[in-house]
This record gives sequence, C-alpha cells and structure tokens, in this order.
Amino acid sequence: MKFRTFAMFVGPSIFLMVLFIAAPLVSVFLQSFQITQPVVEMQEVETCTAGFLTQTCTTETKTVPKLDEFGNIVTTTEWVGLLSYQRVLQLDAVGAAISSGNWGDILNIDFWKALRFTLTFTLITLPFVIGMGLAIAMVVNNATKSMKGPVIFVSLLPFIITPVIGALSIRWLFYGDGIVTVWLEALFDTNLSVAANGWAVEFLMMFYRVWHVAPFAFVIFYAGLQTVNQDTLESAIIDGASRFDRLRYVIVPHLMPLIVFITLIHLMDAYRAFEEVVGFSSQAQRITLQWLTYDLLQPDDAGNRAISRASASAMLTMIGIVIILMPPLRRTWRDHKGG
Amino acid sequence: MLKRLLLAGAASLALSAGAQACAFENETEVSILSAGFEAWKAVTDAMIECGNVNAELDQEFRQKQPAAFAANPSLYTLGGVSNGTITPLLNEGTIRPLDDLIEKYGQNLSPNQLIQIDGHTMAVAMMVNTQHMMYREDIFADLGLDVPGTWDEVLEAAETIKAAGVVEYPLGVTMKSGWNIAQDFNNMFLGYGGTFVNADSTPNVNTEAGLNALDMMKRLTEYADPEYLVSDSTYVQQQFQQGKIAMANLWASRGGAMDDPSESQVVGKVGAAAAPLAMEGGAPATTLWWDGIVVAANISDEEADAAFRVAMEGLDEEMVKANSDAAIWLVSGYEPSKLAQGAIATATAQPAPSSYPSTSQMGLMHTAIGNELPAFFTGDRSAEDTLAAIEEAYTTAAEEAGLLQ
Repeated sequence: MKFRTFAMFVGPSIFLMVLFIAAPLVSVFLQSFQITQPVVEMQEVETCTAGFLTQTCTTETKTVPKLDEFGNIVTTTEWVGLLSYQRVLQLDAVGAAISSGNWGDILNIDFWKALRFTLTFTLITLPFVIGMGLAIAMVVNNATKSMKGPVIFVSLLPFIITPVIGALSIRWLFYGDGIVTVWLEALFDTNLSVAANGWAVEFLMMFYRVWHVAPFAFVIFYAGLQTVNQDTLESAIIDGASRFDRLRYVIVPHLMPLIVFITLIHLMDAYRAFEEVVGFSSQAQRITLQWLTYDLLQPDDAGNRAISRASASAMLTMIGIVIILMPPLRRTWRDHKGG
Repeated sequence: MLKRLLLAGAASLALSAGAQACAFENETEVSILSAGFEAWKAVTDAMIECGNVNAELDQEFRQKQPAAFAANPSLYTLGGVSNGTITPLLNEGTIRPLDDLIEKYGQNLSPNQLIQIDGHTMAVAMMVNTQHMMYREDIFADLGLDVPGTWDEVLEAAETIKAAGVVEYPLGVTMKSGWNIAQDFNNMFLGYGGTFVNADSTPNVNTEAGLNALDMMKRLTEYADPEYLVSDSTYVQQQFQQGKIAMANLWASRGGAMDDPSESQVVGKVGAAAAPLAMEGGAPATTLWWDGIVVAANISDEEADAAFRVAMEGLDEEMVKANSDAAIWLVSGYEPSKLAQGAIATATAQPAPSSYPSTSQMGLMHTAIGNELPAFFTGDRSAEDTLAAIEEAYTTAAEEAGLLQ
C-alpha cells in the first residue's frame, strides 16, 4: 500500500486517539503532580437562616475564596512531586501496620482495600469466563441445527443487557426480600441478609461479571471452533482419543490464541470494574480502584473535589493494568516472533 | 431538540392549566434547576403557569449547579438550593443579592424566609426540612408505649416491640454508606454536643461526643434490618409503607408518602414526634435544613426581574394550599398536617437543633465521615480508630483544598 493511502486510512483514527486518549492522559499525568488550590481568606460572616417561626442569625468566621475583578476564584497551582501518590498509597500507614504486625489494618486503607478486591475479582472471574465461554461454545457447536439459533440467542442475552441494569436485576433477586432470598429462606428455614455480608456481596459481584462476560467469550470460541481441522479430529478418533483427549490435545491448542485474546480483554475490563460497585451499592463492603477514582472526583455539597488525588489514583490504575497485562502480552510476543 | 421538547411540554402544560391564576403573563425566558422531590414539583408547576418557564428537576442538581451558574450567561436564571448546596454558589459569587427585587415583588414574604449573608438577602427559603421521629401509632398504643423523647427511650421501645414480634424490624435507619450514614452520624454527634471543626479548620470529631454517637448508632443497628448499610431514605420510607418497621428517624419531606393510599399500607397509622434527644437538656439530635430559591448573577437585570417575579408566583398561598402535605412550608397560608407536627416540634424545641453548617469544611468532613464509618459497622475497625481515620481523611482533603496548611 502506498504511504499516502495508508495515511489517509489511519489518519482519522490516530487523530481521534490523540485527541480523546493521549491528550487527556497527558493532562491527568501532569495533574497528578500538581495541586490547584483556591486562595482563601478568613472572613467574619453574619448568616441568617430560616427557622420555622423565626430567623436565627449567627456570626462566624468562614473561609471564603478570594475573587478577582472578573468574579473568578483566584487559584494557585503548585508542583508537589509525588505528594498526591503518597496521599493515595499512604505508605507510612502501611509501614506502621506491617511493623506492628496488624497486617489486616492495611486493608482499611482505601487504595489497598480497593486493590485487594480488584485483583481477586479480576483473577477469580478469569478462569470462569473462559471455562463457561468454552463450555457454551461446545454445547452450541454440538446442538442440532434447528436448536442452534435459539440457543445462541439466549446465550447472548446477558451480554446485550446494559451493565448497570444487569447488576441491578441480580441485586433485586438477592437484596432485602428478593425472590431468591425468600426462596432460600424458606428452603433452609433461616433469615438471610445478603447485603450485610461482605463475602456474599463479593460473590454476587463476581457471579454477575461471569454471567455478563461469558457470552463474549462464547462468541469468540464458537467462531474458533468452526476452524478446527476436521481431519485432525477424525484421525484423533481413529487413534482412540476420548472426547476429553480431543478437547485437551486438539481443540484447546487450536484455540490458544483466542484464549490469550480473551484473557487480555477480560483482564483489562475487570481491572476497571465499576458498575458492580454502583449496581450492588457495595461501597460499604467492597470497592474497586476505578470506583475510588470516581469517588475522589465527585464534588461534595460545598463543591470540593480531590482532583489531584483522583489523577494519582487514575495513573496508579493504569500502571496496574500494564503490569497485569505483561504475562499474556509477552506470551503473544514470543509466539509472534516464533511464528 | 430535547430542549425544544421540554419547552413544548412546558408550553402545553401552561395552556392546559389555562384558567389557573398566574398574576401576570411572563414574556421573558425563565429556567430553573432544582432538586426533584415533591415540594419542588409543586413550586415549579405553579411557576410554569406563568408561561415561558423551563423547569429541570434533577436529583443530581448539586453536581451541575456550580458549573451551570458559573457560565456567562448563566445556563439557568433560577436555582433551587438548600443550606448544604448554596455554599459553592456563594463562594464563587454566582448568585445575586435579592434585596431590591424583594422590595419590588416580595410583599408576601415573611422575614424568616430571607436567608441573609452579611445583611444581603441571597436566597428565599420556601420550606424547612429535618429528620424527626415517625412511629406507628397503632403499635405504640397496642403495646402501651410512650413516644420516645430520647434515644435511650428509643432503644427501650425497640426492645419491647422486638419482644412483641409485631413487625419484622422495630427500627428503620438511613445508614446507607456515604452521604446518608454520615448525616445520621452528624445528627447524633451534634446531639451529644460535638463540634466538627475547630476555629483553625482542624478536625474535632475524635472526642467523647464522637464515641457516644458511634456507640448509640451501633446499638440502634441491632434493632434494624441487618442490610442497613445499603438502606437510604427511600428504602426506609418503603419499609414503613409496607408495615415492616415500627419507627424511624426520617426526613419530614417523606411524611406525605405515609398517607398516600396508592403506595402505603399504613395510611393514617403513622404519627410524628420531635427528633429524640441524645442527652438530657441537649437539642434534638438532628439538623435543620431549608430549601429555597436563588437568582443567578450572570444574567441581565431584566431576566432577573422576570425570574424573581415568576418565583414569587411559585411560592404563593394558592400553591401552598394545594400542596400542604408536600413539605413544612414557610410560605404564609400554610396549615400543617398531622405528620408535620413532629418536624415543627423539632424546629421549635428549646434548645433548638442547629442548622446544617454551610461551609467548605463541612463538605469535606461529610465526605470523610461517609467513607470511613462503614468499616466500624462491618466490624473491621474500632470506634477510636474510625474517628482517627475520619480526622486523617479530613486533614488530607482539607490540605489538598487549601483550607489547612
């Protein structure tokens, strides 16, 4: 292909990637080393507020931001080095927890609590997504032709549902007097409070993610199964290979590049888990790194938001994703060079 | 497109309301962004009758309002605020003093509706809101219980109700992780005589009052649905309506829903009393809130004039008469219903509960409390460590926001 043609095809995509991905990333990177503050002054303010019958007036000293002549808040921006990272990581508190022997205290620090959950969430759901996806693909592949359409349609449904709605629907089955909870209570004759148990919430969040993502793995594997060499399969049968042997020695090796591909996508997505926290209101029990960034960015009633810490937390999340993607990426690279 | 649809909707509403009285024909575009609860719906509906009014009711308004009002020209002419959410607008100077407008159009306002900062009226309050004790009158009568006046009496009553087994849980609590649980702590903390921050903006919650508040909250949770960390005001309201709980310290603005026959199974059975005291001789353990209207600074004087005039039409006697159940109105002509008595008793108690402090420090403190408290209730952290963690989280945030050096 001529360079000019190539550039015409790729140009728009690169332009948009720079505009919407690279530029914000650079800006977040810079902001994570800066702190922008309003210039505040103390002022005596007399405030009269409404009571039911009378006004109550109080005089108090308030911190009020200074305004310039155009009515904008005067701010200062300082380079603070790694201060925001230190405030997110709280390494001194981690050190104190380790030296005092109370390792559990580390998990009371937001970042480490979020990291612990995000990692377990990502790594435990991964084998289930791949296993479930492969299992559904094999079942569909072996189903009779007339059944294939409906089975594919039903298997894809969880993937089509908007993530938060999917999470909410599972929440409603279990939280409070949800249908499934009521059944379980009747079955075991006890009183269940699913949302009161951290581990139960954690399990539901993982269950939801596997339920939601397995269809994606299924579609990819199903496509892959169509390309399995039938001659190899037949000769394996003649050699006396059992169903399991054929799966183990013919099908899985053939699908390996797809398994790596799904692993990559799933690690990336699950590490950025967010909908689960919102859908299951799990912030009392379990939070994810992405939710932590979001929480820091949310303005409070007085309009404060912790942009520097949010930027640091976002950069840490990105670094985490890069680290967690290393092993599968290196594998792909080796295969690529080898091939 | 959406805007045009909304305008069309507003116009058709105005037409269908045709005969209903708005004292004048409004010719200028007026728009309002406010919270989305029942009282705001009543007020904005009354404003829409004047014509050319575009009302946006959105529970996420607190995130949109500061930026929308900082734009020039402002994206809305009117804003609905509370004492919690007026702070950023005041700090950034994006709302205007209303004194001259009140002189022109505000003859019907009573003095306690005026929210004054350094002598300038910056907002006009329309209602007060507070958390107060709502209880099932029938259950209390059956069991021969008195209405609890202190939180210790609440615990005793809860024990009796639990023993009688008449409801699933004796108590409903609004302790959803985040804003709600922090507000419950605030109420209790103030009830035990605490102050959140010192004069130099350093935190002051790791105190006797803080420990007392946490201890009382923990004891209350033993009588509540164990899923209390996901239970917000709407959830408690529904528990009440479905007859699952016997009492709760709940927002006054939720009172009307108890007697709504289309949702509630306990119509006429719910009574309201003042918020309980945390300690003898103290104020009721709650905060006073007001909701009201502000006018944007970055609009022309003509627009401000029209907007304020429309707002006064929204806050008139006619609207209050038609919606007396929707809120504890401050507008003249309001006749309190039975369920409003509890909130009124709370607001007029001696000593009176303080208003929710509208300061930048309080915003940071509220967030810190909401994030750190759940670990105490899940048993991951002791009360002392939790209060220390709140102070630490607040200090970090205040340093980042430039309030502490």
